[in-house]
Amino acid sequence: MLGEDILDPYGGAFKVTKGMSSRWPERVLTTPISEAAFTGIAAGMALRGARPVIEIMFGDFITLAFDQIANHITKFSMMYNGGVECPVVIRAPMGGGRGYGPTHSQSLEKHFIGIPGLNVAPISRFHDLDSFYSHFILKESRPTLIIENKKMYGQEYIGTVTEHRIFNVDLKGGPIPSVLLTPVSTGKADVCLISYSGGGDIAIDAAEELLMEHEIHTSVLILGSLSPLPLTVLEEAITDVSQVVVVEEGSRVSGIGAEIAAALMEQCFHKLRAPIQRITSGDGIIPCAADKEARFLPGPKSVIDQVLRMPGVS
Amino acid sequence: MYAEGRLTGTIHTCIGQEACAVGVVTPLLDDDIIVSNHRCHGHYLARYMDIKGLVAEIMGLDSGICGGIGGSQHLYRENFYSNGIQGGMVPAALGMVLAESKKRKDSISVAFIGDGTLGQGIVYESMNIASLWSVPILFVIENNLYAQSTPISLNLAGSIADRPKSFGIEARSCGNDLEDIYATAASMTEYVRNERKPACMIINTYRLAAHSKGDDTRDFDELKHWKGNDPMLAVRTSLGPLADDLEIECRHFVDREIEGIDGSQGNHGRNSG
Repeated sequence: MLGEDILDPYGGAFKVTKGMSSRWPERVLTTPISEAAFTGIAAGMALRGARPVIEIMFGDFITLAFDQIANHITKFSMMYNGGVECPVVIRAPMGGGRGYGPTHSQSLEKHFIGIPGLNVAPISRFHDLDSFYSHFILKESRPTLIIENKKMYGQEYIGTVTEHRIFNVDLKGGPIPSVLLTPVSTGKADVCLISYSGGGDIAIDAAEELLMEHEIHTSVLILGSLSPLPLTVLEEAITDVSQVVVVEEGSRVSGIGAEIAAALMEQCFHKLRAPIQRITSGDGIIPCAADKEARFLPGPKSVIDQVLRMPGVS
Repeated sequence: MYAEGRLTGTIHTCIGQEACAVGVVTPLLDDDIIVSNHRCHGHYLARYMDIKGLVAEIMGLDSGICGGIGGSQHLYRENFYSNGIQGGMVPAALGMVLAESKKRKDSISVAFIGDGTLGQGIVYESMNIASLWSVPILFVIENNLYAQSTPISLNLAGSIADRPKSFGIEARSCGNDLEDIYATAASMTEYVRNERKPACMIINTYRLAAHSKGDDTRDFDELKHWKGNDPMLAVRTSLGPLADDLEIECRHFVDREIEGIDGSQGNHGRNSG
């Protein structure tokens, strides 16, 4: 494992690696502030059979490693005609809500879903931690970008459950499943909210309020993979609902929602009863001040307002 | 072959810099790792003498070493890797030898870069880490005085050798003469292998052909001067009367390697060598 400030006693900016360097001092390398170089070093290690995991301290800093990801790590296997594999795992904390401002709060995953050969996998509070990480670290032949929403570091871990609040919880697809929450009362829904990682919490809060306050049965699909998209799971989740809304924390244009909407249109246009809507952050930068940040980022209210605005709902 | 339409895309030949490749690669051991750049043909041939695989790759044939997908500047075979992004392979060279060091204790990495690549920050990030972590890597800077079309006077401030030295990396320079390069590389690779520390060698060389296919804007008199200092001429002189025989043998070897390479008739190798 490589990254900045990941050694004990500090244990990483978000303490994710705490304890690891004490237990495996030879295998945890703290690096200079050199994202490009340590990402490239991990690439070299992976080319020679190692299974490196790197931590980008704040996901925003991943731009400094973009060339290594787009022109090296993801290209080696294909441009060397399958002669090598480069299964680097890159962990990147994304997302706002903590007042860190324009360069420490972004959700930049949309810039990575179009890179051929890269898995983009957002972890949520419903995913089994062991099987999620061990799959990408030990079993995958392709490189993976794991998106961890920063808010999750301070939240209660839920794990694999069959019920959560007013929802049934089902795991759909694999190898990394997506999580489908449907209202316990009806077992089906009129509206499907699609999200991932920390966006799932926004969607769940919105879905609960839509049922309790407005009697709109709403399901939530929390994706286990953004690239490749689990199209079969997506199609199943939107079957028989009248509205689909994609909820993401990143900016709107060319975002995750745009890709999901296009993919669903190609895959199952006949099942869509209305245009897919997107809830995203604003068009600009993420402010530091708590009230300004809250207005800029999507929240349950923006999802609820969107659903209520839709024709044929409520 | 471009004129005949049998090659497409671009190519960066190492004509004039052949001695860099042969001199640096010769003292390496089989398990050593080489990363190279856009101008990688010489490094690859010096390593594997695989003319057939390289030419087939450049021609885009399935029989090329990367199935024709990589082409001229994206080559891979065993312990050899090249890519077309300036400086991008340098950290990979560190990572590879770090991974190999867990398995065996004597292998080293060699990273070929050019003077133009010294504009890339990742080179210095890598030098810093190489020194900090005692990574057994030899940085080879082929200073051919040009970054594509831009002369070094518009491209580089200060001293090249002071850069590795400022990270505590041993650095030595040599000229474009094969024996000089070989002697320098032999002692520096031995240092890297035994001390398990990085080192840097700077070869003051010159590219006699265009940057890529035909984009040469350099001064004619300057080119003429350097053609007179072609390292291949020095090799010929040192070989004496043997040189002509050796050249004929080399040309035959190349012809045999590439005969019928794409299934078509004709002697492709007549103008190569």
